[in-house]
Amino acid sequence: MNLALAPETLARWQFGITTVYHFLFVPLTISLAAITAGLETAWVRTGKEKYFHATKFWGKLFLINIAMGVVTGIVQEFQFGMNWSDYSRFVGDVFGAPLAMEALIAFFFESTFIGLWIFGWDKLPKKIHCACIWIVAIGTVLSAYFILAANSWMQHPTGYTIDKSTGKAQLTDIWRVLTQNTTLTQFFHTITATFIAGGAFVVGVASYHLWKAKRRQAAGQAPGEKERKKIGAMRSSLRVGLVVTVIAGLGTAISGDTLGKVMFEQQPMKMAAAEALWETKEPAPFSVFAVGNVNKGHNTVELSIPGVLSFLAHDNFADSVPGIHDTAKAEAEKYGGEPEDYIPNIFVAFWGFRLMIGVGMTSFVAGLIGLWTTRKKRWLAPEFRTGDEEVPRLMLTKRTEMSTFFTKWSWRIGMLTMLFPIVGIAFGWIFTEMGRQPWVVYGLMKTKDAVSPGVGTGEVITSMVVFTLLYGILAVVEARLLVKYVKAGPDLDEKPPAKDPRLRLPSGGDGDGDAAESEDADKPMTFAY
Amino acid sequence: MHLHDFWFLLIAVLWIGYFFLEGFDFGIGVLTKVLAKDRKERRVLINTIGPVWDGNEVWLLSAGGATFAAFPDWYATLFSGFYLPLLLILVCLIVRGVAFEYRQKRPEERWQRNWEHAIFWCSLLPAFLWGVAFGNIVRGVPIGPDKNYTGTVLDLLNPYALLGGVVTLVLFTFHGAVFAALKTAGDIRIRARRLATVLGLATAVLALVFLIWTQVHTGNVRSLAAMIVAVVALVAALGMNRLGREGWAFALSGVTIAAAVAMLFLALFPNVMPSSTNPEWSLTAANAASSPYTLKIMTWVAVIMTPLVMAYQAWTYWVFRKRIGTQHIPDPATH
Repeated sequence: MNLALAPETLARWQFGITTVYHFLFVPLTISLAAITAGLETAWVRTGKEKYFHATKFWGKLFLINIAMGVVTGIVQEFQFGMNWSDYSRFVGDVFGAPLAMEALIAFFFESTFIGLWIFGWDKLPKKIHCACIWIVAIGTVLSAYFILAANSWMQHPTGYTIDKSTGKAQLTDIWRVLTQNTTLTQFFHTITATFIAGGAFVVGVASYHLWKAKRRQAAGQAPGEKERKKIGAMRSSLRVGLVVTVIAGLGTAISGDTLGKVMFEQQPMKMAAAEALWETKEPAPFSVFAVGNVNKGHNTVELSIPGVLSFLAHDNFADSVPGIHDTAKAEAEKYGGEPEDYIPNIFVAFWGFRLMIGVGMTSFVAGLIGLWTTRKKRWLAPEFRTGDEEVPRLMLTKRTEMSTFFTKWSWRIGMLTMLFPIVGIAFGWIFTEMGRQPWVVYGLMKTKDAVSPGVGTGEVITSMVVFTLLYGILAVVEARLLVKYVKAGPDLDEKPPAKDPRLRLPSGGDGDGDAAESEDADKPMTFAY
Repeated sequence: MHLHDFWFLLIAVLWIGYFFLEGFDFGIGVLTKVLAKDRKERRVLINTIGPVWDGNEVWLLSAGGATFAAFPDWYATLFSGFYLPLLLILVCLIVRGVAFEYRQKRPEERWQRNWEHAIFWCSLLPAFLWGVAFGNIVRGVPIGPDKNYTGTVLDLLNPYALLGGVVTLVLFTFHGAVFAALKTAGDIRIRARRLATVLGLATAVLALVFLIWTQVHTGNVRSLAAMIVAVVALVAALGMNRLGREGWAFALSGVTIAAAVAMLFLALFPNVMPSSTNPEWSLTAANAASSPYTLKIMTWVAVIMTPLVMAYQAWTYWVFRKRIGTQHIPDPATH
């Protein structure tokens, strides 16, 4: 059979396309929900209008994004059954549980309270309205947790036995599945990474507005009241974004290091592949980059740092790290077949791993620089301090401002790196899923045994073409809409509700249109589809 | 009662919840072209479900996820077997969800019109296809000894299942019209009530044929009882609608859906997917189920979460209890 058309290949491509695409929207959904919730809390607590405008603005971008995350997530729930029915039969007893929990616990939270939040501005008391977005935020995090517990079980099956009569995996300990170290580190790593994504996005958008404002001022336009308000909202957002990026960046690095150690132990092949480490080495170097063909068993030119890989794997600079050849041989002895059957695509693993770290950490470094250069009052000479409604100066030391050239590029880098973490996260997933091959459930089931035997090639091709086209069109639609609303900036004419809405009508009325109601019964909705 | 029988019941409850709730969402979607006279009225209709459609749709994800956890074989056979219809449903749900969120985000006429087409077609098709799918589940499809579906997509297009599709489409549209009468104000409310009568009568004729066909084909005493409840509720819903008791009419059209879905599940039990090739190869609640341990865990989750979900979703409906009329629709320019 032509390998390019093997059912396994097609099904994998389809899963890759739909899942990577889905996960382009997940990071911003998780992080912007929490950031919007934080901003609304600031508004409820301080009553400052800038926080209201910021909440509305980021909330709008969040909604454009979550719409795509939600609808592409529906496919995720069903495609295991569609393309991977043998997988579903084999793992359903274990894997289905966290998936069902995700729907029953997390999805209902998200979907119900997002509706309340969108339409509830004039219906719910401020505090309850704010609680709604917090529940959405918690829902998104819970959803990530359950699906990562399921994925972690594929990386490192635990808490199960193989039923002798059916040959299927059977759950014996749900607690192990939900709390094994793979689940916890993957969860921590993914969540922190999503917050770099949200932080960098906020920084990028805020940089765009602040830089434009600065240029308008440089061109001699004195900022009007609206402009100052906008700068105020964006300046607060910028700081929030920077703080989130830096904290999340640290968290991602720490959890990534822990996850690496877990993986060295649980999936040595994946980590050897990540390093294109063909031969076992003691101590093992960390490869910064390699030229030549990492796929062919040797690297022609390589820049590496001695001992660092040993450190990443075992916390010391001397230990031996097993190479690809030795690991493949060991797996072949254990599971049968030839050693080369157990070697994943080294090129993808090697570069996916590097891009994940490189791209993701760029945003962290940019955030760190931004956090320092845009600091306020303290550590600044009085003449360099800027007010809440002014564009901050980028200060290197107490009285040295960045040169015009570097200032320009700093703002631009803020904008250009806006989507870097999302790309990094996509590469991280490609690395971790392709690095596990040939297994779909590590050590238990190979990917080629997981596909639906009854589904024809024509059907898979049909669905793949349909999803790819549909997702492509929606990507264009979504991106253009996002750009439109990013450029428009916050709607500064919008006023917070004059009086805090009350949950119960004074009359205790039933809302029936026939009943005589207060004078604003015919007032238009503040938000309508 | 075995745990897997209890889970059969729970899966039925989740599907009933889904069809009850998204049933009127689909109906509203269809009515945007059948009932609404202009864009403003279309927006009135869309906004009656605006805050709740997403939460309603999660009942489907829960039914799917719970089937995966409790009956892996059912999940695997159903979704790999009904591949193309399911693909079409998924595409519709994707486009429809985006359409609700994005329609008003740009002022251009073409943009809004295209999303409105999407809302109509992507409500109509799933409303029809779910009926086809459930018709086939009850009727039985070719399933081999290894539990895999062995037929083609053409096997799914038989008269019984197609009639099932027409029934769900008309029933959901009726349910949507009754909901519209309950949730709107002004002229559109009167017309919704009038249209509900027509749709209700059509449903009555079609559903009666379909339900009797089901009863003769695979029925038992319990399914007969459910069928009688469905028919009585439908007639009562029609009567209440005529009397202008909109709340009662909606509750009763909901009971109609619940009883009709219950009837299908009762006619199915103890099978979950009968094999038309050889009855011995049928998937049953017993042979498709997960282990007792998994079912026990999932029972705890479901017993705690389902009532909680119902409570806060009910609260949402209470918060947005006010009727919507054209006067409540803000000008498009304000976005």
